[in-house]
Amino acid sequence: MEKNIKFILNGKEVEVTVHPVKTLLKVLREDLGHTEVKAGCEQGECGSCTVIIDGKIVNSCIFPVGQAEGSSIITIAGLCKEGELHPIQKIFIEEGAVQCGFCTPGIILAVKVLLDRTLSPGDEEIREAVSGNLCRCTGYSKIFSAIKKAAVYMRTKK
Amino acid sequence: MKKTLSKNNFHSVGNSVIRNDVIEKVTGTAKYIDDYKFGDMLYGATVRATVPHGNIKSFNSALALKIDGVIAVYTYKDVPGKNEVPFILNDYPLLASDKVLFHGQAIALVVAKTPEIAKFAAKKVEVTYQELPAINDVHQSLKKDAVKIFGNDNIFKRYDIIRGDAENVFEKAAVVVEGKYTTNYQVHAYLETQGMVADPQPDGSIVIYGSMQCPFYIHDAIVHILNVPQNKVRIVQTTTGGAFGGKEDVPSIVAAHAALAAYLSKKPVKIIYSREEDFQAMSKRHPSYIEMKYAADKKGKITAAQVRYILDGGAFSTLSPVVLWRGAVHAAGPYNIPNVKIEAICAATNKVPCGAFRGFGQPQTTFANESLIDELAVKLNISPLELRRINMMKVGSRTATGQKITRSCGLEKVIKQVVQKSDWNKIYLSPEKRTGTIRTGIGIAASFYGVGLGAGGKYLDRAGSYVQVQKDGTVIIAIGNTELGQGVFTVISQIAAEMLGCPYNFVRVLKTDTTRVPDSGPTVASRSTLMSGNAVRNAAGIIRLRIDKMVLEMLNVKSGAVKSNGKNYFLSSDPKKKVRYQDVVKKCYGKRINLTSNGWYAGEDVTFSQETGQGNAYYTYSYSATAAIVKVNTETCEVSVEKLVSGHDIGKALNPQLCEGQIEGGVIQSLGYALTENLIIKNGIMLNPSFAGYLIPTSSDIPEIIPVIVEEPYHDGPFGAKGLGEPPMITPATAIANAIYNATGWRTDKLPVTPEVLLDIKKHLWKKI
Ligand code: FES
Ligand code: FES
Repeated sequence: MEKNIKFILNGKEVEVTVHPVKTLLKVLREDLGHTEVKAGCEQGECGSCTVIIDGKIVNSCIFPVGQAEGSSIITIAGLCKEGELHPIQKIFIEEGAVQCGFCTPGIILAVKVLLDRTLSPGDEEIREAVSGNLCRCTGYSKIFSAIKKAAVYMRTKK
Repeated sequence: MKKTLSKNNFHSVGNSVIRNDVIEKVTGTAKYIDDYKFGDMLYGATVRATVPHGNIKSFNSALALKIDGVIAVYTYKDVPGKNEVPFILNDYPLLASDKVLFHGQAIALVVAKTPEIAKFAAKKVEVTYQELPAINDVHQSLKKDAVKIFGNDNIFKRYDIIRGDAENVFEKAAVVVEGKYTTNYQVHAYLETQGMVADPQPDGSIVIYGSMQCPFYIHDAIVHILNVPQNKVRIVQTTTGGAFGGKEDVPSIVAAHAALAAYLSKKPVKIIYSREEDFQAMSKRHPSYIEMKYAADKKGKITAAQVRYILDGGAFSTLSPVVLWRGAVHAAGPYNIPNVKIEAICAATNKVPCGAFRGFGQPQTTFANESLIDELAVKLNISPLELRRINMMKVGSRTATGQKITRSCGLEKVIKQVVQKSDWNKIYLSPEKRTGTIRTGIGIAASFYGVGLGAGGKYLDRAGSYVQVQKDGTVIIAIGNTELGQGVFTVISQIAAEMLGCPYNFVRVLKTDTTRVPDSGPTVASRSTLMSGNAVRNAAGIIRLRIDKMVLEMLNVKSGAVKSNGKNYFLSSDPKKKVRYQDVVKKCYGKRINLTSNGWYAGEDVTFSQETGQGNAYYTYSYSATAAIVKVNTETCEVSVEKLVSGHDIGKALNPQLCEGQIEGGVIQSLGYALTENLIIKNGIMLNPSFAGYLIPTSSDIPEIIPVIVEEPYHDGPFGAKGLGEPPMITPATAIANAIYNATGWRTDKLPVTPEVLLDIKKHLWKKI
């Protein structure tokens, strides 16, 4: 049975009429055209499909859209403010933390949740924050250094 | 702009400029194949074999065709051209006709209005089999009485490389060591699964878009299966989410399936693999079985090497012959050894076909030779470093194929720096002296790597380019190699900017498209910087000559050398005499000077002969060594890697930051290969085709990584560059295995070395005592 489901997506209210067990990933990609959310496994194991729901990271590929009713969802497209890149995005670029880019939207969102919580994360916290996001290209090294640098930048900017 | 490595007289190359595809990647606007939609598009799903070996008894698609939304089910009977995917030996059918050789082999295609319906219907296609005995491993395959699944001996390919008289030397040698080594599969695990869209055109031509490394291979495949002229097929690469060799050969299958379905249905067709399907049907790194011997004199000079190198090819040969060749040529290790005997065989089994994977046969042979070198050091009672120093390749050394190394050999420098930066001398202690439950160990492994295809694919080792300077001075470039995340489009832009004398950010490289440049071979073998880089250098150089002439004219001088700082041109003899880049371009356009050019580059000649197994195999080699520092828990047998120092002589780092990225990514793939990546196939069935069952490294597994770059320029490379993509994947796994030995005295002859493997060795040692 299809249902009307409402949520806030990147700050704008949206409404979809879909089966509530359809995954949020499919709804975002197919019904709403948000292809910036990537499908790497659709089994909840790679983090490519990461979105932020009410401040928490979620694998949208195993999240039934019905549960999103009334919540606020952020995808990577919601990170730029008026065309200006978020500091995390800028620093990922500078540090060379991006190769094929398929994991990047998910990882940057996971980092945002971390840095929303603390601007002085320890090494373990950093690893933990992105431990649900696989990256096969970079060896994570430059991702770690980008996170550290972004934290410092955002701390001093505050 | 960030640090440069060596002192640079260049304004563009050698700088860590920001990659030119990165804004779309951090904002999520980059379009990968599954992000494309075409009007009226249909979706394909593949019907796959459910037995590892069998004759197809019956095929019935009636049920599937009745499902609402299913358009058609296509089989081998519908293929208008040849029902084979053209790799090297053409043994792989596009769709199985009368028999299947592995669990997961493609039998038919279902085309439907949604991907869900297509997948559902594919499960409803009924296929029955007469099951046949299956070959599960390569030893079984090579037995005389084995079931034959390829030719009359199951052998896809064999090579013999013989130099000097190894057998004789072994008989008289002062010291001989030998070992048997096995390595398991490795899965590419690129984050974006395979996917293609085929879009038929009104004029009967067809365009393929997709995730790929080698558009020209796909071009050949589509022509072959559709039986259409070459000018009716166009292949366009979309942003590709990782490849590592896994998108070299097998995307031809996915593309040919999509093309067939589109050609017959006359609608665009998209095929995207699920992760499980990608695991089951796409290529893998070959499992290997290697027997190896070294002979040495008392002082540690290696006098002979003997290798029997066997690869499990899986059900079809795909690129096995060339993977085998690369492994074989490098199998004796990066040492100067006068007597060598290498026997290399790749045989068929009823399992998923193996093919290209970063390292291409070398991670396997390196595991054997670099483990055995350490054993030799133990036997000679000298340090593993010293033994390598005595024997390593230098200018003047000869390889196993008798090739004399005449230039650009940085192995000695690489090892020296790796030793320094890993604090080797402080950490190294022989295993007997290590105590405690948790023990530290340090190990090293070295390798050399023939850049490009070499004699293994010498007719493919050329590349084209097209460079066009626009009226406003911005530049458009087309090349035949692909951007996979490694950053080649950035490096190409840097080369073009350097040659033309324009700012780097004026240059744009177009998505690779087979209609823009001639067949430039595959994007593999760390060849793109060298091949396409030189092709672009060539084209841009032609344009630059015209520009320089105009500069002289504008400066009112008859002759003189013109230089550029990326903004202005100036006279070398009188730098104050200068003109702005864009003004010169404008003037050229005003004077109807052509600022476009094609470029071309063909690799130097190689002389290797298959008959003798001797000759120059490659025109140049990159050299690498990795030191690993590990901690081993001798109770639980868990290994934690603390540090990896990986050094690479790559000629010239055109973009140091991208080079570091290649090194860091490669060593971590190799770390997974060493410790956790363990694909299990039992009786032909894959047991763990998912990220939950097959463990690639996560952020929690990452040690400190120190990339080290050494620059021994190659005279024919662009600004001296050789190649880097593959080498970082070759040595780290073995360095880790050697470090485990150094920590515990436990020598693994298997990769991956899981805690179970180590426990086994430990038990075994106790039994001996
Ligand atoms: S696609 Fe959702 S976790 Fe992999
Ligand atoms: S950049 Fe390719 S998977 Fe992370």
